[in-house]
This record gives sequence, structure tokens and C-alpha cells, in this order.
Amino acid sequence: MLPINQTLGEYSELFMLLAAGTYVVAFLAFAWDMATSGKTAQRDASLLAEKQKVPAMAGADDGGSRVPPSSSSHSATSRAARVSEVADSSLAYTTRRAAARVGVALSILGLLIHAAGVVTRGVAAGRVPWGNMYEFCTTGAFLVVAVFLITLIKRDLRFLGTFVLGLAVVMMVAAAVAFWTPVGHLVPALQSYWLVIHVSIAVLSSALFTLTFSMGVLQLIQSRREAKIAAGGEDRGGFLRLVPSALTLETLSYRINTIAFVGWTLTVMFGSIWAEKAWGRFWGWDPKEVWSFVIWVVYAAYLHARATRGWTGTRAAWLSIVGYACVIVNFTVVNVYFSGLHSYAGLPT
Amino acid sequence: MSLKTQNSKTPKKPKKQRTRNDVALPVLGFLGMLRWAWTQLTSMKTALFLLLLLAVAAVPGSLFKQRPVDPAAVTQYLKDHPDYGPILDKLQMFDVYSSVWFSAIYLLLFISLIGCVIPRAIAHWKAWRSKPPRTPARLSRLPVYGTLVVPAEEGLGAEEASKQAAGVLKKRGYRVDLRPGGEKAALASIGAERGYLRELGNLCFHSGLVGVLVSVAIGGLFGYSGQRTLVEGETFVNTLVGYDQFNPGTDFQSSWLQPYSIQLDKFDVRYDRESPGHFGQPLDFTASLTTKDSPGSEAKQQTLKVNDPVNVGGTSVYLVGNGYAPVVTVRGGDGKIAFQGPIPSLPTDSVYTSTLVIKAPDAKPAQLGFVGFFLPASVKDSSGVAYSADPDPLNPELNLNSYVGDLGLDKGAPQNVFALDVSKLTQVNGRDKPAGGIVLDAGQTYTLPNGQGSISFDGLKRYVALDIHHNPGQVWALGFGVFSLAGLIASLFVPRRRLWLRFGDHEDGRTMIEYGLLARGEDHGLAAEGRAIHSALSKVWGLEAENRTQSTSGKGS
Ligand code: HEM
Repeated sequence: MLPINQTLGEYSELFMLLAAGTYVVAFLAFAWDMATSGKTAQRDASLLAEKQKVPAMAGADDGGSRVPPSSSSHSATSRAARVSEVADSSLAYTTRRAAARVGVALSILGLLIHAAGVVTRGVAAGRVPWGNMYEFCTTGAFLVVAVFLITLIKRDLRFLGTFVLGLAVVMMVAAAVAFWTPVGHLVPALQSYWLVIHVSIAVLSSALFTLTFSMGVLQLIQSRREAKIAAGGEDRGGFLRLVPSALTLETLSYRINTIAFVGWTLTVMFGSIWAEKAWGRFWGWDPKEVWSFVIWVVYAAYLHARATRGWTGTRAAWLSIVGYACVIVNFTVVNVYFSGLHSYAGLPT
Repeated sequence: MSLKTQNSKTPKKPKKQRTRNDVALPVLGFLGMLRWAWTQLTSMKTALFLLLLLAVAAVPGSLFKQRPVDPAAVTQYLKDHPDYGPILDKLQMFDVYSSVWFSAIYLLLFISLIGCVIPRAIAHWKAWRSKPPRTPARLSRLPVYGTLVVPAEEGLGAEEASKQAAGVLKKRGYRVDLRPGGEKAALASIGAERGYLRELGNLCFHSGLVGVLVSVAIGGLFGYSGQRTLVEGETFVNTLVGYDQFNPGTDFQSSWLQPYSIQLDKFDVRYDRESPGHFGQPLDFTASLTTKDSPGSEAKQQTLKVNDPVNVGGTSVYLVGNGYAPVVTVRGGDGKIAFQGPIPSLPTDSVYTSTLVIKAPDAKPAQLGFVGFFLPASVKDSSGVAYSADPDPLNPELNLNSYVGDLGLDKGAPQNVFALDVSKLTQVNGRDKPAGGIVLDAGQTYTLPNGQGSISFDGLKRYVALDIHHNPGQVWALGFGVFSLAGLIASLFVPRRRLWLRFGDHEDGRTMIEYGLLARGEDHGLAAEGRAIHSALSKVWGLEAENRTQSTSGKGS
């Protein structure tokens, strides 16, 4: 066991603080983008409409692969919605948005500082930096932002910036305020290579679920707007003009959710292999196991919903949101209030 | 594919492939009823509903202590809540995962699943062996569509083109059915399909889940588990009497126990002495064991650690707890030794403030009992109350109350070794008694007033709590789990696609080709596949890149 490096640990906390501060500014930039770019989008739309003598079209269906059931609310409304929508459903970069650019740049900067924080924490402790709740939170927030920025390379998901950065800030603050733990060694129960495998996949899947949660919320808002427009209501969408159609959001979050679901399946499986090693049984309905199971079943239900007539669209989005709520419960309520074998929260008693 | 309600439409869907859900209300008598119930149970909506129900039903198990995990806590809860505790108990809130309602949900779910998987497996078997579906009349209606034109000077011809295209598709993993043109102006065409693995994966995934469930059941039937505390120097022999607690599976027979033995030679603990925030936190527990597979076989040295079980005699032995066992000698009023040996104490906190109970039923003339604390590093606070300051035995001390009378051990009722029922005993020592409490440092002896006996604290040992498990279903559960996972990955990420091409000879000698693609299930890469096919064919026929035509919805990824 390597000795603890306290100085490095203090540096790590400084980096975390700086990263969180940068994220706050990035969050503000994205929020500014959200508040103002609705207007830009409106202007662009009318310009475009004039030019083409056609209402601004959002391009064709996404990939055209999925033919939505005709009874679904999407197909009825999406055409109408597209009329006043600018966001491209292929999620390619189209409009120039200065504030959003600043947001992305600051997020990258924050991520670099954050990376320094995570790495120094790991080096200071001489092990992987995910051994207690403070570390899950900080490393998890790192992954959330990283996954978001990586997706940005291929898709214009900047409309998610406010949500993602907001969540990252919440996680960093929670880590520093509620879960703060000084650098230390692992208790014997956690000294296993399974910690590296099991927890890293859990945190990664949770980061993906965080993205789809944000998209699910947007999808609900967007589909309400689409329904309103379809019913002949006035479009007061603002920012939502930059957000792709509810159907596009649903398709993309489904794709991410499938990956995250496989990740979660692996988390549960590796967890039970580890449980067998540590406690002699691979499944024992410990509170943590119960909630991991609940999460798994809810997302399995989500996948089934997507294949069931009348359960796509809004209902599927709700299931994805409920699943994420369970992820949060599993991390906070279960760790803090339910005593079980998983008492690795590392919280000072 | 009656259950795939959300598939992209197959160009012509035979009538009988309508969704199962829209079954009319039964007017068919009993058999009809059964049939109707079965169709309902195996519908996708029911599966969805049962899944959600299962998620909800699992939650109470985390809100209430569960009997199989912590029976003592449940008993305590029932004592503390005499009003609604019994109602919760009636509702099986303390046995959620073996409760009637939880079992009903998952059994229904699995019946539904089997009812779902079998017809699908048959359908898939047939699809696997039959040819790709016939070429639709109007390919341009498919989600991805395109055309290619081979100039006259190539002299290709529809017949030859279709053969070459078939070769290209085969290389891309398609199953290809070549359909030569007929006499009556019917054009040559190709029907192709790929991604059968998707559906196979789905079937493997779902049937693998059944396998996991069965494996768990096998473990519950034929496995067993037991607990044993072992003090340094003691030996455990794997027989029923060797266990402190034994939980056999429903069909377990004790004759299956292999009589191996485990001796605890030494138990080492290391604490964190350098990081201020975690000072005194345990860093390492290591038990040194001597094991023998059977009484006659040779001894083996093994180390047991947390996270690192020892396998012996078909069982796995786990280190799940540890504590101190003060060695004491109790003498009766007659001066004879009534008890001598280590007493395992129960740690209550991270500095091993431990409770212990000493029973000396052999003490004469009256039986003796002691209840109290063991403190590994005893320190006195300002008001003179002793507490432990550290988990290491820096200043071991016993703080005891003593009792005289009938301990009630001969009645045959099972007794908890960590508890003493003092209601019928006479207390001799205690903080509020004239004699005061007993405080013993290592090596000291205390004599009870009125010649009722004595107790000495002779030394200190450590003990380990061992869990011993045998689960024959475990390997199977892992196997089926991995099988399921592989199926899941295939079913989510292998795209299933149908592709048709039609070939025609133009009067001016050009060869005209049109193609259309259709996805079955979620598929974001269909348009890209269309482009890839297009360029592969263009390459074969030496066409320019700009000959490309748009697909009907050519955007996408
Ligand atoms: C223990 C209960 C079940 C679990 C955990 C479960 C889980 C899953 C999962 C994770 C998927 C996603 C894989 C995929 O999309 O191909 C899936 C798909 C599917 N499940 Fe289940 N399932 C269960 C029961 C059932 C039952 C009872 C049925 C039949 C009514 C069923 C029918 C299907 C079908 C048709 C799909 C394919 C959906 C599609 O093509 O997108 N499942 N299931």
C-alpha cells in the first residue's frame, strides 16, 4: 500500500474547486444561449422562409429508419412542428451561437482542470479515485461532462448544455459539501480489482443515463410544444426552436439508453461476482442490490415500451426519467440512510 | 412476428400476422377463454406492466429489514411497533422476496416470457430456413431507395448484373435469393436479408433469464450456508454440530457435508496510522489457516482475507467479521474452576468497544453470569467513564456486572450466547451496587463478595466470523448470465435489414438497377447502409461517384 500524499490531496481539492467554478460560468453561458438564441432562431427562420418561399424545413426524417406508428402522437404533430422549427433533426451544426461556443470552450477548460483534480486524487491515494461517495461524485461529474463533450464532436447537442453543466455543478457541490472525505486508504472490503471494474462501469452508465434524462425532459417539453402548434396554437417556443423534434430526441436517447442499459447489466453482473467473492453470495437483496435491480427492470421496461404500440414517445420518456430518478435514489438515499453491506459511503460518522 | 408491433412495415403484411393484442372479446366458452387469457398474458403490454410491477414490488425490501438478512432486526422492529408491525408482517413486508405477491409477479412474468419466446423461436426458425420475402412492387416506397445506371458500352445486361450484385451482397453478410426475370415482362430481382442474429440474440437473452432463475432455484434447493466464529487456536470441523448457525437448502442432506477441518492459527489486523481523516480505520485483515480436506489428509497452510475466500471441500469460506475474545477463568464459591477459555465479544463500533456475556453454569454452589464490555484501549473521560480510544489492544480492560442464580441453561431452550436473561438472577456487582462494578485489566483477578467465586482476565485472543457456503447453482447462474448478456448485445446492436434490387435492360442498352432497403426494428444506420451498397455496386461496375442517386430520405447519420 502506497503512502497517502496529503499535499497532493489538497491540490486535488483545489482543482475540483476551480473546475466547479469554471462549470458554473459555462453553465451561465449555456443558459444565456438558451435565453437569447430563441430569438436568433426565429430571425433565421423567417429569413430562411423568405428565401425558400417554403417554411423552414428541418430536413427529412432522422435516418428514415423508424416509421412511427400512425397512431402515435409524433407523426401527427411533427410535420406541423417542423414548420416553425430550425433545429436540424440530423443534429448537425447549423446556426452560429456565440454564447454556446463560449459555454463549450469553458466546459473543455473545466474538464481539463477537473481531470487534473481526479488524477491527483487518485495519485494521492495510490489507487483508483472512486472509493467513497466524494470520489464517486467528483469522478462521476467528470464522466458526465466528458461524455457530453465527446458526443458534441459528432452531434450538436449544445442545447443540453444547461442541463448537463447544471447537473455537473450540483454533483460537484454535493461532493464538496455533503460527501467530503479526506484522501485515504480503502477499507479491506473495497480492496479488490472488482472495485476498478464494477464501479467504473457503474459510473459510466450513470453518466449516460444522465444525458438521456436531460434529453427525456426536453423531449417532454418539446412534444407539448409540438402538440400546441399542431392544435393551431401560437409558437412561443423560444429556445425550443434550437432543440430538435421530440422524435429525434427520443431516437437519440434510445440509442444512448441501449448502451447504458448494457453497461448497467454489466454493473449488476460484475457486482454480483464481487458480492460472491466478498460476502459469499452473489445476490442477497441488500438495499443497494434491490435498487440496482429496480433500475435495471425500469430500463428493461423502457426498452419494452419502445417496442409496444402506444407506449413510445412521451410514455417512454417518462420511463427513462423514472429510471434516472431511481439511479439518484440508489446513489443518495440508499447510501446515506439504508444500512446494508454496501456501507462504503465513507461518510464521517 | 406478431409481437413486434413497432416494426417498420413490411410491404405486404399477411392478414394472419396482425397484432395479437386486438383480439375480440371472447364468446368462445371455456377453451376460448383460456386462449384469450393466454394471448393477454403473452402480450407485450402485459410484459411491460409486469416489469413495472416487479420494480415497484422490489422496493419494500429495501425499506424494511428482511428476515433472511437480519432476523434479529425484524424481531426488534415487531417489538417496537406492536400496532402496525404485525400487519406489515402479515403482508410479508419482512420476507418480500419470498412473499406470495412478489413470487406471483415474477412467475407470471416468466410464464409470459416463455409464452413469448417459444412462438418467436418457432417463427424465427422458419424465417431462418425460408427465403427472403418476395420483392415488393414499388421499391421507391421503401425508406431508403436508390438507382444505378450502367452505361450501354459496358454491355452488362440485367442477368449478369444481378449475379454480380448477389456476390457483393453475400460479401456484406446478406442472405441472398436470386430471382431471374420471367417471360411475362417480369424483371430479374434479388431479395436479401441480414441480421438474423438480432432476433436470435433476443431469444437467447430471454431464455437465458429463465436459466438464471432456474439456477438460483437450484442453489436454494441443494445448497447450504452456515456461520461459525473461530477463536485463534480453535479448529472447525465441517459437520452439523460444528456450526453456530446452519441454513440448509430445502432439499439438502447433511450427509453431503464433507468432514474437512479448518484451524485458525493467527489473525492479523493492520490499522491506518498515517492519514488524519482515517486514523484507526482498518487496512488489512489476514487469517492464517491450517486446513485438512478430511481427517486423514495432510494439512495445508492457507491465508484467508476479505474479498478472497478459501475453497475447501466443495465449499467456500469467507471472512465476514472479527473481534476480540478475552480469555477468562471463572471460579465458583468452592474455588474450583467453573469456566476457562476465550469469550468472543461483539464489537459495537469502529474502536471495538465490545459487549460480552460470560456464563458459568458449572459454578458451585451457585451458577455465575457476567455481562459487560470489553475495551481494547481503555481510557477514562473527565467524569470517570471508561471508553475505548483505539481498536488496537493498547490497554485491554473488562468492565463487568455479575449475577448469581439459575442461568436457566438446563431447560433445553435455545440460548443466545451473546445474551443473558437476568430477570431471575440476583445482581452482585454493578455501578449502583455496594460492591461496585468489576474492572479487570489483563492479568488481574476479582473476588466476588461473600465468597461467591472469582473471575480473572488471563489474556486476549482474536476471533474471526466465518461464513461457509455451498451453492451448486452459482456456476450455472453465471453461465446463463453471460449467455443472456451476449444475446442482449446482439439483439440491441445487430441491425436486421432487408434489401431488394431490381434489374432491367433499357432499350438503348443501358442496364437499370433500383434498390430499396427496409429495417426491422430500430436501425439508425439504414441510410448509411444504402450509401455503402451503392458505392460497392458502383465500384464493381466501374461507375462514377456522382452517378449516385438520392435515397428517399437520404439524410440521417
Ligand atoms: C423477466 C422479464 C423480462 C426482461 C427482464 C426483459 C428484458 C428485455 C430487454 C432488456 C429487451 C431489449 C432487447 C431488445 O430490444 O432486443 C427486451 C426485448 C424484448 N422483449 Fe423482453 N424482457 C422480459 C420479458 C418479456 C416478455 C414476457 C415478453 C413477451 C411478451 C418480452 C418480449 C420482448 C420483445 C418482443 C422484445 C424485442 C423488442 C424489440 O424488438 O425492440 N419480454 N426484453
